[in-house]
Amino acid sequence: MNYNISHLRELEAESIYVLREVASQFEKPVLMFSGGKDSIMMVHLAAKAFFPARIPFPLLHVDTGHNFPETIKFRDDLVAKLGAKLIVGSVQTAIDTGMVREEKGFNASRNGLQTAVLLDELEKGKFDAALGGARRDEEKARAKERFFSHRDEFGQWDPKNQRPELWNLFNGKKHFGEHFRIFPISNWTELDVWQYLALEEVELPSLYFAHKRKVFHRDGTLLADTPIIQRKPNEELIEKMVRCRTIGDMTCTGVWESDADSLEKIIQEVSTTRMTERGGRTDDKRSETSMEDRKKKGYF
Amino acid sequence: MTGQSVSDAKNQLMGTIDQDTELLRFSTAGSVDDGKSTLIGRLLYDSKSIFEDQYEQIKATSERRGEEGVNLALLTDGLKSEREQGITIDVAYRYFATPKRKFIIADTPGHIQYTRNMVTGASTANVALILIDARNGIVEQTKRHSFISSLLQIPHIVVCINKMDLADYSEEAYNSIKEEFSNFANKLDVKDIHFIPISALHGDNVVDRSQNMPWYEGQTLMHYLENVHIGSDHNFIDCRFPVQHVIRPYTDEHHDYRGYAGRVAGGIFKKGDEVMLLPSGFTSKIAKIDTYDGELEEAFPPMSVTMLLEDDLDLSRGDMIVRPNNQPNVTQDIDAMICWFNEQPLKQPRGKYVLRHTTQEVNCLVKEVRYTLDINSLHRNLEDTKVHLNDIARVVLRTTKPLFVDEYRNNRITGSFVLVDEATNNTVAAGMII
Repeated sequence: MNYNISHLRELEAESIYVLREVASQFEKPVLMFSGGKDSIMMVHLAAKAFFPARIPFPLLHVDTGHNFPETIKFRDDLVAKLGAKLIVGSVQTAIDTGMVREEKGFNASRNGLQTAVLLDELEKGKFDAALGGARRDEEKARAKERFFSHRDEFGQWDPKNQRPELWNLFNGKKHFGEHFRIFPISNWTELDVWQYLALEEVELPSLYFAHKRKVFHRDGTLLADTPIIQRKPNEELIEKMVRCRTIGDMTCTGVWESDADSLEKIIQEVSTTRMTERGGRTDDKRSETSMEDRKKKGYF
Repeated sequence: MTGQSVSDAKNQLMGTIDQDTELLRFSTAGSVDDGKSTLIGRLLYDSKSIFEDQYEQIKATSERRGEEGVNLALLTDGLKSEREQGITIDVAYRYFATPKRKFIIADTPGHIQYTRNMVTGASTANVALILIDARNGIVEQTKRHSFISSLLQIPHIVVCINKMDLADYSEEAYNSIKEEFSNFANKLDVKDIHFIPISALHGDNVVDRSQNMPWYEGQTLMHYLENVHIGSDHNFIDCRFPVQHVIRPYTDEHHDYRGYAGRVAGGIFKKGDEVMLLPSGFTSKIAKIDTYDGELEEAFPPMSVTMLLEDDLDLSRGDMIVRPNNQPNVTQDIDAMICWFNEQPLKQPRGKYVLRHTTQEVNCLVKEVRYTLDINSLHRNLEDTKVHLNDIARVVLRTTKPLFVDEYRNNRITGSFVLVDEATNNTVAAGMII
């Protein structure tokens, strides 16, 4: 008998350990669900961690109102299947009530507005731990994140004063009003996620698979045609075979020319690609430290 | 390894990765000058783990800052303050994979003021990669990193004697450093040391065999990392299962289900095994090892599973399932080496802290600081027992409840703990039980 387990099973065991630690150390955790593959995998891991009991926390979706329609449908189907509780924080409502103000112009995005709505929902629900599917390989500021990431009463991240995290000993102690962001899949890479989703035969939104779509070029990125993005006169619509590598708002998620219409082809593509997954995310391109800046303010 | 199979290995790097690859975690430590970033950059670049857009971005940043060439350190130094100051402050985790293994690098700063970050990076590593500049030989930083690697019981150490190109690829230079290091390492508790002469800049013996050092007949660094035996790094002898979470579904289908969820910390548990529960001392049998994917016949580290017992007994988070004939030390007196992490020194006398060990949390008080250790000279200072930031000290603690512990050198999971300051909630120390 060989007492070795594969890297995917070791990563799975680590994530399950973290999820169980959250259920034990916190009173009211919530799982941040975006409809993207990482949060879908998180839900799958949570189902495994607490089997045969139900996932002991609700899902929270911060809906910008600019999601791909496929995302919302997938979300609702998944929640129904799990029998989970879903909380939706609406950026549209926040704009309508004047809590946040909408950006204007061609590159307007509601990405930054999500932070205020997220913090508001965490406060309203008295959640003391928010689980997220961020990975360290995604982005250089995220590479510095802890599994248990402390946030002050304003939801701020202080990257210079993070708690040391050793072995598998996680310190979730906090003062009243503070909370934690928890990242159980910190050590997974994009390729690990795809391999695992294929291995586990997890159902995914159709957006991840190559399909025909009307798109246009902007700043080196392909964007999907939608009424919510105002096109400039020189931005011509073309039909291409594309897929999403990440799923965020339609306004800032670039699509990717690809003919990968199956998980096997996606894995092949991901393992040979020369561009990072977030390369098509215009929200990351606003400045060199845009992720760190957003995270300090409470972005996930 | 022949020249042919080396290029095969490199071709495979470009191919897809099998899902049955093993995971290896290694730590590095060092400053800008010793070539650490260049080496990591080369490992990432040669395994195709640096992406074009990432590369373009750091190239543009390097040019804007008027630096010569592309500064690969910008890949790992992700925080604004690190990029401004050009230093690594925090541990950065980097990932790359070859067809054989997936690697996690814990990249840590080497300066003494960041000892705590080195300790953090070392805590989960299978391999410590120690870099020595062939021109300078062993320096203070080499000793510090080696000592921390031995203190944290990293099972394997690979010493890369770097910048061989600047030492005329000389076998004598390599041998003399190797000998010097071996003499020093005799004083440390290190099981497995391996030496490789390299030039990270030119790639000699990193992925490809060096044409410049025909006298070296050992493996390349990549070959070492892909093949070093890590299968025995876990303890498969002493059965330890800290209960992390109790699963009670309360559904009609699983009405009487009571599962003890946790991660195996040691040994091999089999269905039907007789087990003992701590602290109660009751015995029972394993009725079932359960997972979402179905029942298992056995469970071993580092698996996360759920155990069901034949008898209804009181068992909750912080308790431990062991074998009756192989029990950990049940004690309220902890003798340990600690590394201090906080700007506030250790409170003395009788400082009180929260202690977190496996899934247990107890209060403790510091009964005694036996000595502090100079990590450069390994000298024990019995007089100065003040413990400041980054200090290593031998302490005796008394806990409010018994812990179920093993010596750290026998089990890194049941032998480790952290201390938390209740006033600030900060993690202030890491401890290794003696």
